Amino acid sequence: MRLSDMLDMNYNLVQVISRVGIELKHSGLRVVDACAFAGIDPATFILISNVFSFPGYSPSPSEVASADIRDIIRYLHGSHTYYTGIALKNLESSFDLLVKPCDNNQKKVILKFFEDYKAELEKHFAREEETVFPYVESLLAGNHPEGYSISDFEEHHEDVDQKMEDMRNIVMKYLPDVCDEETKMWVLLSIYRLRDDLRRHTYVEDNILVPAVRNLENDGK
Amino acid sequence: MENKKTVVLITPSAMVSKGLEDILDESGEFKVEECFRDISRPVEARLGTLDPDVVIIDPSVLDFRSRKDGRSRLADICDSIVIALGGPGLTDEVLRQYDGSISIYDSREDIIRKTRSSVEAKQSETSVSDSGELSAREKEILVCVAKGMLNKEIADKLCLSIYTVITHRKNITRKTGIKTVAGLTVYALLNNLIDMSSVQ
Ligand SMILES: [Fe+2]
Ligand SMILES: [Fe+2]
Repeated sequence: MRLSDMLDMNYNLVQVISRVGIELKHSGLRVVDACAFAGIDPATFILISNVFSFPGYSPSPSEVASADIRDIIRYLHGSHTYYTGIALKNLESSFDLLVKPCDNNQKKVILKFFEDYKAELEKHFAREEETVFPYVESLLAGNHPEGYSISDFEEHHEDVDQKMEDMRNIVMKYLPDVCDEETKMWVLLSIYRLRDDLRRHTYVEDNILVPAVRNLENDGK
Repeated sequence: MENKKTVVLITPSAMVSKGLEDILDESGEFKVEECFRDISRPVEARLGTLDPDVVIIDPSVLDFRSRKDGRSRLADICDSIVIALGGPGLTDEVLRQYDGSISIYDSREDIIRKTRSSVEAKQSETSVSDSGELSAREKEILVCVAKGMLNKEIADKLCLSIYTVITHRKNITRKTGIKTVAGLTVYALLNNLIDMSSVQ
């Protein structure tokens, strides 16, 4: 199968391929060859693509066991970069546009909610980048750092979905009437996209990264 | 089975229980699913699973001190319509918390009629409130939430049980679709229920 065939089936996968470092110009290649160019394990790429495309997809233990943890991290890291560098920035400017016709107080309230949520998400990603990923890297390098395990991450992995749902509801139903309907619609679409994207992302963290790293921890013992 | 309202009976009296079960089942409108003698933890859990349309309960199974809170305790477990099975010693204050009441001295017809009308009253009430409009009480509680108050503090301030506060909060979330305190605060501010200065 060519990469372009996969994209034809689900064009949202263009986001996945860029996050794992596959260039669009390689879309005409067979999936294995495109993966080879980017230096990513094809099975892991397919696994991530499946999770991304099919919300009900739950990988088998053997799929998890054979996943390349470095590539999983590469994908997660690429997603974080996309969320903070692009998605949240775009959403922020759409919000600015959206609340333009509102009075100052309303503006302040809505933007504060957005900014707080954005800051919360950024903190969430930063914690993963600064704690979890380096921990996994050192495990992969053969060291077993004391005082931290993947269970700590699993236990404290916060839910980022709820506030997103609140944001969706507020934009959909409770904005002042002066807000432009078309802008509202675009913001709403971006929120839905980001929400679904984040859900898959969290799924990969909880259901692929965690069990894969746990296997790695146990191997080392 | 289709269209019959499911009922759960909770009364310490086996005789009353059996009698009510027969009357309700024979009516063809109701189906008694299970009967309990008290309201222990396992019964609460079972109620949550059954999630019957109607619960008919003798408030005396709730020990005296919590009797007033009985209704809200049930509201936490299931969304059922709750009808009090009246006997002597039940005050109006207690009965008012329920969606209706029947007496063990009621005739067969009255029991069916009263149960039916409680169901209908509750259904029309929820279909109105599902339009998203918050009740005055809910708005009052929403304002407290937006100000950052905890359930316990809200209960003390408004002289409500903590269960009642939780029930109201659930309803607020159901109606608005908003769950987090931050989200509820935005809702309260945008609807002018509260002004900027009282937040934070
Ligand atoms: Fe993450
Ligand atoms: Fe995460």
